[in-house]
Amino acid sequence: MPFGYGRSGGGSGGGGGRGRGDKKPGDKEKGQRRPMFRRRKVCKFCADKIDDINYKDVKLLGPFVPERGKILPRRISGTCAMHQRKLQTAIKRARQIALIPYVTD
Amino acid sequence: MAGRQYELVYILPPDTTEQQVTELHQQIEAVVLRMNGQIEKTEPWGRRKLAYEIGHHKEGVYVLEVINGTGELMKELDRRLRVMDQVLRHLVVRVDEEKKVVDRTRTKRQTESERRRVKRGLPPQRQPGEGRPAADADDGDDDHFDGMEV
Repeated sequence: MPFGYGRSGGGSGGGGGRGRGDKKPGDKEKGQRRPMFRRRKVCKFCADKIDDINYKDVKLLGPFVPERGKILPRRISGTCAMHQRKLQTAIKRARQIALIPYVTD
Repeated sequence: MAGRQYELVYILPPDTTEQQVTELHQQIEAVVLRMNGQIEKTEPWGRRKLAYEIGHHKEGVYVLEVINGTGELMKELDRRLRVMDQVLRHLVVRVDEEKKVVDRTRTKRQTESERRRVKRGLPPQRQPGEGRPAADADDGDDDHFDGMEV
């Protein structure tokens, strides 16, 4: 990568060449970063074999309630449908007895 | 019909004395016993910070009771707790059904894994020191595969 960068700097006249040179490292960066972003999401409860999603277990529910107090959507957490449903009731129950906030601002 | 099991959680104001807590517990117990119920377990959680203010209180004394009884009993308890002004908040949840499901899945998984292990010619229980080698290697592989796919 440093070699390629130096070459594009040397060819100052060619705008097109420079553009390509700029783009190339950018592409590479993206390529390196991509696996991190595109990491396959796995349902936490399936992976850890947690059968019981209990409303009393605030530590378990915590990561699924972001700062604002909303329930973290499935598309972000990667939880499977069945466990998201159970999680939902657990969080709602925990809210009723003031273990988890309804809203925080 | 098989007995139902309920969990009752209630929150009392933070300035409640221990005596008041036991008094209320006895009241509840009286109702439960009168309606042929049974308190299986009482778990005082003690003072806890509330996630939000309830009636200008920032803390509360939590008590959990596991009760075996009928729906009528819980209805009566619910009604009474609703009326009591020393109870900030309460929640009744039926737990027996969920418990059954959880137990079933747990035993099912257990027997399934034992069956598979026996089939592979291993002892049914996991031996100490046995397990997946190096989790990071697995991770790395996964990332690599993802990159190839793109």
